[in-house]
Amino acid sequence: MKISGSELLIKALKAEKVSHLFGYPGGVVIPVFDVLYSTPEIHLVLTRHEQAAVHAADGYARSTGKTGVCLVTSGPGATNTVTGLATANFDSVPLVCFTGQVPRNMIGNDAFQEADTVGITRPVTKHNYLVQDRSKLGRIIKEAFTLASSGRPGPVVVDLPKDVLLEKGDDVYPSSVTIRGYNPVTRGHNGQIHRAAEILSRAQRPLFYAGGGIHIAGAAEIFRQLVARTGVPSVCSLMGVGALPSRNPLNLGMLGMHGTYPANMAVTHCDLLFAVGTRFDDRATGDLAKFAPEARIVHIDIDPAAIARNVAVEIPIVGDARLVLEQVFPLVQPPSILPWLERIEGWRREHPLEPGAASPGLAPERIIQVIGEVFPEAIISTEVGQNQMWTALFYNFQRTRTLLTSGGLGTMGYGFPAAIGAQVANPRATVIDIAGDGSIQMNIQELATAVQERLPVIVAILNNGYLGMVRQWQELFFHRHYSSTCLRRQAGCPPGCSSPPGDSSSPGGTVPGATCPIYIPDFVKLAEAYGAVGLRVSRMEEVKPALLEAGKTRDRPVLIDFLIQREANVWPIVPSGAGLSEMMFAPGGSP
Amino acid sequence: MTHVISLLVENHQGVLSRIAGLFSGRGYNLESITAGVTLDPTVTRITLVCTGEDNVIAQIKKQLNKLIDVIKVADLTGLPSIHRELALIKVRAKANQRGEIFQVADVFRAKVMDIGQNCMILELSAGPEKIDDFIALLQPYSIEEIARSGLISLERSKKQIKKEVIQDE
Repeated sequence: MKISGSELLIKALKAEKVSHLFGYPGGVVIPVFDVLYSTPEIHLVLTRHEQAAVHAADGYARSTGKTGVCLVTSGPGATNTVTGLATANFDSVPLVCFTGQVPRNMIGNDAFQEADTVGITRPVTKHNYLVQDRSKLGRIIKEAFTLASSGRPGPVVVDLPKDVLLEKGDDVYPSSVTIRGYNPVTRGHNGQIHRAAEILSRAQRPLFYAGGGIHIAGAAEIFRQLVARTGVPSVCSLMGVGALPSRNPLNLGMLGMHGTYPANMAVTHCDLLFAVGTRFDDRATGDLAKFAPEARIVHIDIDPAAIARNVAVEIPIVGDARLVLEQVFPLVQPPSILPWLERIEGWRREHPLEPGAASPGLAPERIIQVIGEVFPEAIISTEVGQNQMWTALFYNFQRTRTLLTSGGLGTMGYGFPAAIGAQVANPRATVIDIAGDGSIQMNIQELATAVQERLPVIVAILNNGYLGMVRQWQELFFHRHYSSTCLRRQAGCPPGCSSPPGDSSSPGGTVPGATCPIYIPDFVKLAEAYGAVGLRVSRMEEVKPALLEAGKTRDRPVLIDFLIQREANVWPIVPSGAGLSEMMFAPGGSP
Repeated sequence: MTHVISLLVENHQGVLSRIAGLFSGRGYNLESITAGVTLDPTVTRITLVCTGEDNVIAQIKKQLNKLIDVIKVADLTGLPSIHRELALIKVRAKANQRGEIFQVADVFRAKVMDIGQNCMILELSAGPEKIDDFIALLQPYSIEEIARSGLISLERSKKQIKKEVIQDE
């Protein structure tokens, strides 16, 4: 039977069991939206910006493991997806993004809403396609879904010229395809597996290093069994948070720039670092010359190019984290590491992870702890900056795939649309975006989407009136020069506001005061303007009641504006370029 | 050090830009790149000449392998293989100089492709160093223009290149 390209696309989506699309219509993709009009089994979530559509599909994918699917128009519709695609590409999230394109005979003519989508998205996708031949459409869509979800997952763009969408042709959607240049290795090399199991069994100071690959591969269960069987402690990357429950005694927490003291000390002194599904990112390693200097390194990853790129690896194992850990598990004997565990306990006592002072004002860490008490099973998304680090450190994560955060690209504005996607995929779950007052404004327009879809996403804004993480760096490393980080700054403000007295580069001595607006904007009014619930909290005793009220609201989003301590910092911190053991701690904190 | 990498890739539009983009995007040094179809019309052979430390070269090969359109990657460096480049050289030559130029061309087994009033075009297929030497010898006669093809290479006495084993024992 002859059907249009649009009809074949929708047929393919049904075959892939796609129930939700995230997208935005436009001129050249009207033919697809026309077919969707009479396809009730596929619901299109209309975001208010294409970037948010991609982040929402990303949150949908990260929280479930399914492939997220987007549909946008040509030109600006496609270019608006770039940040979302780059975010997903960095963090290995399976997405297929369909973009409209001008008709084939107009490509290259600078037609209205034309952009070289394949050229623009090439470096930020796993692969991409421009469909130039209607007869290849079915195969290309199948390849896109295959590539997105297999190997190291990632986003795939399929660029669809309008005339291909209209052209009648075959209705064949293949059930599988082979791609001759693409054969990801999934099972680990047996010899390597045996060597890895042997040095793990004999190590005196072994340490697991859990990355996001554990979530992606569905390896959390086998990883937890391996930790329990061996009794070996573990650190995690930001993306690996939740691989072990936060309160598992063998979980030392996150390593890296804002890692915990025991985690960073354990990495620095271990004799075996057993890394699973992680890239050894610079924020995690600090100065490479001082990273795990005493350790032999085992590195398991699905991506050969991620192995031995940043650190020298003694035992590389290319493969799927779950399959490889299942191979390793039966070969491992628990090592005798009592002195090592005692040493780690010492580090824990020396600098325990503690929230900021309870007064004056509202400590952000304490809010996040209460969120964890009230909603222990929530799916948490974050924006980027202080909110992200406080969440990773202080929320009590218990399950895999419950922290959705832009780790690699560090995309402000990711968290809220990702929470929308996660709520669409998990309608009964509590989904909370922990945001800053800067980040949330990068995709605040999605309140409309959440209201329209009746999604009970909770947005917890940690509002300090600053771009907090940059302000923290300015405070610690740039002489308190709060250059362009005060979000309350007015045209008439003195140039050296917040700089210390006597600073030669500015008049100095002034701080934000009574004449400053308390906040910009009024988030409660903004939420109400969209039809969401808006709450404001400025005292600790109001935190829990506000969260409980938010939890009861199941038919619309709730935005809670927490007015937190303005200059709260994320502690501890490894200064940029330093080694992991060279940490700075909160002044006046634990000795 | 300089490496010669031979690729078999899908004969699709845009493959060359994926490879060139990989080098520019990740800051790798690419000295030359050539492409031409193979016996199988769906497959193109691309020959790359690139420079870098050993770890960078290893990363280049892994990144090339990751490209979906790349079917096979082989590093011909150090393997018995044939490397050839084609050069066309337009040199100013008055009638009384032609004899000398013919002699130089003869020694290098270059061909004379065109003779005009004041110029001649020579063609040489050889290894890159030999071409450099040839050009140096022609310098005194005032070279007008040069076109060089970039390197093409084949491994000796094997039917085709083998995919590199990434996971080594």
